[in-house]
Amino acid sequence: MIATILAPQTLSGRARDHIDWPLFIVSTVIAVLGVVNLYSATSVYFGTSRGALSEIYINQIYWLMIGGVAGGLVAAIDYRHIERFGYVIYTGGVFSLILVSILARDVRGAARWINIGSFSFQPSEFMKLCLIIALAKYLHDDPKNEERTLKDLAIPAVLTAVPALLIARQPDLGTATVLVLIFFSIAAITRIRRRSVLTFLATIVIAVPMLWQYALPYQRARVTAFLNPGEDLAGAGYHAFHARIAIGNGGVFGQGFMNGMQNQYWFLPDQYSDFPFPVFAEEWGFAGTVALLGLYGFLVVWSIKIASQSRDRFGAVVAVGCGALIFWHTIINLGMSSGMLPVVGMTLPLFSYGGSSVTTILLAIALVMNVSMRRYAGFSTLGRR
Amino acid sequence: MSLLVQRPDVSEFRRRFRWLMLFAVLCFLAIGGRVFQLQLVHSDDYQAIARDNIVRRTTLATTRGVVRDRKGRVLAASRPAYNMFIVPRRVTEIDELTQEAQMRPQWDKLVSYLGMGDEERTRLEERVLGMRRRGGARMNQQILLKEDLSRDAVAVLKTHARDLPGIDVVPFSVRYYPQKHIGAHVLGYMREVDRDMLVKLRKKRYIEGDRIGATGIERAWESYLRGNRGWEKVIVDARGVKRPARDGIIDDPTRVEAIPGRDLRLSIDADVQAAMVKAMRGELAGGAALVDVRTGRVLGLVSKPSFDPNQLSGGHGKKVIRDAFRRLFSDPLKPALDKTVSGAYPPGSTFKPFTALAALKMGLIDHRARTTCRGFVRLGRHIFRCTQSHGPTELHKAIAESCNVYFYNLVTHFGVTMDMIAEMGLRYGFGNKTGLGINAETSGRMPTRAWMTLRNKGQFRLGYTLNAAIGQGATTVNVLQKALAYAALANGGTLYQPQLVRAVETAGGAVVQEFSPRVRQRIKLDGSHRRMIDRALWSGVNEVGGTAYKVRIPGVDVSGKTGSAQVSHKFRAGEELDNVWYFNRDHAWFAGYAPSSTPEVAVVVLIEHGGSGGKHAAPVAFEIIQSYQKLREQERRVPGPGGRGTP
Repeated sequence: MIATILAPQTLSGRARDHIDWPLFIVSTVIAVLGVVNLYSATSVYFGTSRGALSEIYINQIYWLMIGGVAGGLVAAIDYRHIERFGYVIYTGGVFSLILVSILARDVRGAARWINIGSFSFQPSEFMKLCLIIALAKYLHDDPKNEERTLKDLAIPAVLTAVPALLIARQPDLGTATVLVLIFFSIAAITRIRRRSVLTFLATIVIAVPMLWQYALPYQRARVTAFLNPGEDLAGAGYHAFHARIAIGNGGVFGQGFMNGMQNQYWFLPDQYSDFPFPVFAEEWGFAGTVALLGLYGFLVVWSIKIASQSRDRFGAVVAVGCGALIFWHTIINLGMSSGMLPVVGMTLPLFSYGGSSVTTILLAIALVMNVSMRRYAGFSTLGRR
Repeated sequence: MSLLVQRPDVSEFRRRFRWLMLFAVLCFLAIGGRVFQLQLVHSDDYQAIARDNIVRRTTLATTRGVVRDRKGRVLAASRPAYNMFIVPRRVTEIDELTQEAQMRPQWDKLVSYLGMGDEERTRLEERVLGMRRRGGARMNQQILLKEDLSRDAVAVLKTHARDLPGIDVVPFSVRYYPQKHIGAHVLGYMREVDRDMLVKLRKKRYIEGDRIGATGIERAWESYLRGNRGWEKVIVDARGVKRPARDGIIDDPTRVEAIPGRDLRLSIDADVQAAMVKAMRGELAGGAALVDVRTGRVLGLVSKPSFDPNQLSGGHGKKVIRDAFRRLFSDPLKPALDKTVSGAYPPGSTFKPFTALAALKMGLIDHRARTTCRGFVRLGRHIFRCTQSHGPTELHKAIAESCNVYFYNLVTHFGVTMDMIAEMGLRYGFGNKTGLGINAETSGRMPTRAWMTLRNKGQFRLGYTLNAAIGQGATTVNVLQKALAYAALANGGTLYQPQLVRAVETAGGAVVQEFSPRVRQRIKLDGSHRRMIDRALWSGVNEVGGTAYKVRIPGVDVSGKTGSAQVSHKFRAGEELDNVWYFNRDHAWFAGYAPSSTPEVAVVVLIEHGGSGGKHAAPVAFEIIQSYQKLREQERRVPGPGGRGTP
């Protein structure tokens, strides 16, 4: 089977001629900026008791290389093979989530990691891709001409709800939210009856206050801090306040590389994980932020463009799902950094440090690339189809 | 060349891709708009906040002025001391497994360097960990862990400073009184500014943790001694760690130097003070004053029992201060009270010269006026006693041998009234504060007829005047008042305002302000009256029969008057019998001046519950004068101990 998948004709065939260079270049530029920014952000730790943090940019480069190789493989395999194993991949993802809830070591109060030797990874990150593939597979196999009702979306909803609940229990509300948002994004490209949409929206409006009842104290504090900016600046509002100052301090052209005051003087916490954007914005100013927004924006819009041109429904849904994954991570992270959204633990694609996060994003980009490379005529020979 | 191909069933999605794109673009534009607002519109505000975040104004400590005696010897100064502070966040960590706060490894090192006991260690650990658990801003701030580290501890901590992040040794200054308990009431002590005081003192730019003069010179001259703090703007990061300066961050002015406090030159002589304390070594409690009769300058002022202001002024830690205060205020002999100005006592026989002057001034008697003393006078149902039966007595003998009956007769036979006595008393400064300016001074009491009548429900009895004539009854004075009154007797009628501070000087020694003697009033005194009193006071010490004759020191030329003032102690339930006996004893007084012919100093000694003035107060006074004269002779031989300024 592996021989079939890596069959020479797939790689040496014409798919290779259709590498999506804009997608590749933009992703590479973002990744390089991310490493550079990580270097600057963690440079403050050099020579302190947390000196190890000043070297994590090297790990990040390793992860980018690993993710790049994995992505190359994923892009090389025709996505229709992936489609065939769609539910297997999904089931594997869900099982690893169940495994994590049993085995996981507790890191900062949340069970998210699986350790294999010195290597630990977060199944919840990869679950995002598994869900995209499973939803794509379902919609691919269920073409409809008439408008869909809520009942038609019941199975995709269950596919989403199972891993989302498992992840929310860890508790990692951020990732669970992303799963739900991916589901909505994919559902948005299907044709749904207007009445169903309205019913659904009404349900959400009622459900949100009920969810507030189940929110954990720290989650409530963050929302409260968001709704009351300027209060509790030493506590729950600290992150948002100092992130906002850093961005504002950047001005038009920024303070210069390695020269952001808020970061250099230790006012930015978690600048290597959830708050890399304020570091970047302070150092490169409005000019830099606009450029970065442009790069992320391109990535998302380009994914949707590829989806619109994909050769089949599976490709379209995968491209939209991956675009949505990048989109929601970016928007939520930037939104919380700039004080438009409450503080949630959400990574900025390719800027935040973390092996699982980087690899997941690179694989998502690789899937988009895969769809992009295979939307052309004359490249339709695959196995039984 | 390549053609896009698409299966027809993708068409379900086709119309929606554009909406998705539009939504994504709008979201990015929203973020862009927000960033525009932050980085362009409000950039100046945020840049200002970012600057303020790292610029901190640190205060530059000032040094409190030094207090010196008249020869330049240090009475109060500041010495360097070190406090240890820790930042709870930096010496603790949260365990990842248990989520419990725990101490970091440098804590163990600190414990071993300082040789802390288990009990102390546990106590401090609990405090620090508690702060960490509670979180908040407090855990990032310096917390005072140990006060006034020993020299050794400071050396050890400085050597190992690199191993001890989050632990800081901060220098500060502690008030230091080299004379310890000698003259403690004059100098006073320092106390920490507490929250309640801060409400009023904030305007004068006191901050929490400041020390302020609590009593004595330290309090009265606080504004001179204190100096002005300076400040400097420095760059610190979020951890409070100082960072090198950066261009364009700190606005001018960046630094305002501290101005040290003014030094004070007192009229007090440290040697005289020490001699006075030594002279009182046999007595439990009392006060003594030595005043220059020519200027009103105070050479020595001693209150007993005393205290060590070093213990109260901090530096040894809060516990030492607390214990010292407890001792100070639980002692029945009241060491906290300045008995030279704050205590009001009946003057007893030492008041008699003033009664005599009142009678002489009104022309009611002359030196030949004579009565016969049989040891008592009967007035209605009351018997007014004398110390003994003096027989025929005229003014000279009445003062020298302290005959009460003579003075009773001044009232009953010669027509001296209460108001006459009061008027003469007031002339000599009794009944009014002397204006020394330190500690809470009592004005004493010179009762008039009207006042006595009011106090006794509209009734006035002749007996009151009899008591007033011998300095008993409602009449009270303080020690310094009496010293100045006797100085006025000695100098021919000039009542001075007492002076403690001769000059204000800069830290460099330049005189800023010098104080000349200030006369309160000049008392018109007939020369013959003065000679009569002088001779009588001389005889009181130097003639057979004089009340202080037996305890005189040959070669020490003093004139003066003894006194034994009766006290009426109020019993309190449960009081020890020994205490009752003690508190019922008379106050022993001696007031006089020396040398007799050309007086230089007035001396007053009060021994609380000392018994007889002739037996207990006079010897102390004579010893003081003897020491004073020795010191003067030394001074004449060796002009000044090389100190700064004038003698």
